[in-house]
Amino acid sequence: MKHIQIVREAKIKYPCSGKACGECQTSCQSACKTSCTVANQPCESES
Amino acid sequence: MVHLFELMGKKLAYDSECSSIYSLDELSYRILVLYREANGLRPCDEKIGQVCESIQADRKEGIEICDSFDELIDREALFAPKIKAGLSVLYPDSPKIKAMCLHICHDCNMRCRYCFAGTGDYGTHHRSMLSVSTGKKAIDFLIAASGDRHHLDIDFFGGEPLMNWNVVRELTQYCEMKGEISGKDIRLTITTNALLLDKEKTDFINEHMKNCVLSIDGRPEVHNRMRPGIGGKPTYQPISENIRRFIKARESEPTHHKEYYVRGTFTRLNTDFSEDVRHIAQELGARHVSMEPVVSAPGTGYEIRTQDLEAIKTEYERLAEYIDQTRLDGRPIHFFHFHMDFEGGPCVYKRLKGCGVGSEYCAVTPEGDIYPCHQFVGEKNFLMGNVSDLDKITDDNGDLLTGHSVENILDPNVRKIFSDRLLPNRPECEICFARYHCGGGCAANRYFSTGSLDKEYEIGCSLIRKRLECSIWLACVKSEREV
Repeated sequence: MKHIQIVREAKIKYPCSGKACGECQTSCQSACKTSCTVANQPCESES
Repeated sequence: MVHLFELMGKKLAYDSECSSIYSLDELSYRILVLYREANGLRPCDEKIGQVCESIQADRKEGIEICDSFDELIDREALFAPKIKAGLSVLYPDSPKIKAMCLHICHDCNMRCRYCFAGTGDYGTHHRSMLSVSTGKKAIDFLIAASGDRHHLDIDFFGGEPLMNWNVVRELTQYCEMKGEISGKDIRLTITTNALLLDKEKTDFINEHMKNCVLSIDGRPEVHNRMRPGIGGKPTYQPISENIRRFIKARESEPTHHKEYYVRGTFTRLNTDFSEDVRHIAQELGARHVSMEPVVSAPGTGYEIRTQDLEAIKTEYERLAEYIDQTRLDGRPIHFFHFHMDFEGGPCVYKRLKGCGVGSEYCAVTPEGDIYPCHQFVGEKNFLMGNVSDLDKITDDNGDLLTGHSVENILDPNVRKIFSDRLLPNRPECEICFARYHCGGGCAANRYFSTGSLDKEYEIGCSLIRKRLECSIWLACVKSEREV
């Protein structure tokens, strides 16, 4: 693919259970407190 | 949705439904524009031929590019199917409050001009301190409300929490004790202006707190202009010294917790804020930095206006270049909003439910009042309950009485206000490539900037999109170096 460089070929994660586990940190707890970035939160699922 | 954009010499494509990123040359970029116009279908040979001709490229190359795009489309790595998830799968059972912003005091030893908390009293004209007993009740409430969730988070917040230090110490020990008894992992954070951050407090925080957020705005003149002390006294010097010492101690001791953020706010008075990030990194030694756009009502003089957006976007590009340079120099700076894990990161459901305001997250005041988040404190329409009501549904041992639930002491109407506005219910976000990045954005920003929870805070959305583009650019240049 000389014209196309794949930087990241990704899939957004779907939990096996089909539902959220609810264990991840709420985003405002980390740094911002006034704006919202969710996608930089790590997954904390133990399954 | 495939977003195509050009940034700092790169032609980039980002598929928001799967987070894939592609760096393109001129011909493949133009051809992907055709695919997007055709909703992901291969353009006809005539159109491919026209594009090739327009940049004097061989038609055969155009066909090859289409073959490559078709392969990516076949394996759902480009024009990936739209994520579908209803509200019922966003929680394992039902929403449970598991994170708390605990207001250690409603008082502050600084008088920041942009403070959303009314310089500490949250507009109440009544300064107050959290008592140990109300603080313990708040922690008991969180443990009870969290149900089966294992990971709980508490942020000691204010006002300025270091003004009520003995309560911070006692509640920290209480969390450690109750966490062990209840089998919960209670992670502690403290958010401070660092004015009272002496060695004893530094050592205690480093030993007990998973995360620490330290506020300073950057260069001395920028910081002192917006963050004066009581009576207008400059505060840069003592705060910068305290933060420098804190970071050194936190990073040097192997047993210490490592997470911290030095956090600033920029306004329209310093749209060259990349200089402030640089200052925080170079002069204070910080490796984890966040710099937030101020959110304020129009007319303050420092609020970000639509006409400032171009300058701010350019500044984010300068910031991205600086962050990349720190990687090359071997001492990378982690900028909170550029720090992305495009290959992993949170699951789709986390991205759909956003920050958790009012559903998984709450704030508790020194009086024990429960609000959906720290920014809504004092807004009586959003009062959800009071932690003292826990006594009505627990026995003398603190165990829930049969047939009772913590939900009984929380106003369901307020919770519904927020659950009704999660991303799957926000049609205005449907057309935005950054929707799984911000999870629908900050409800408080919308409310305080537009007067409504439903209107878009367009300035904020525009900046979120720009930060995501810069993150994608950073991922691209890093990847090119690894090849």
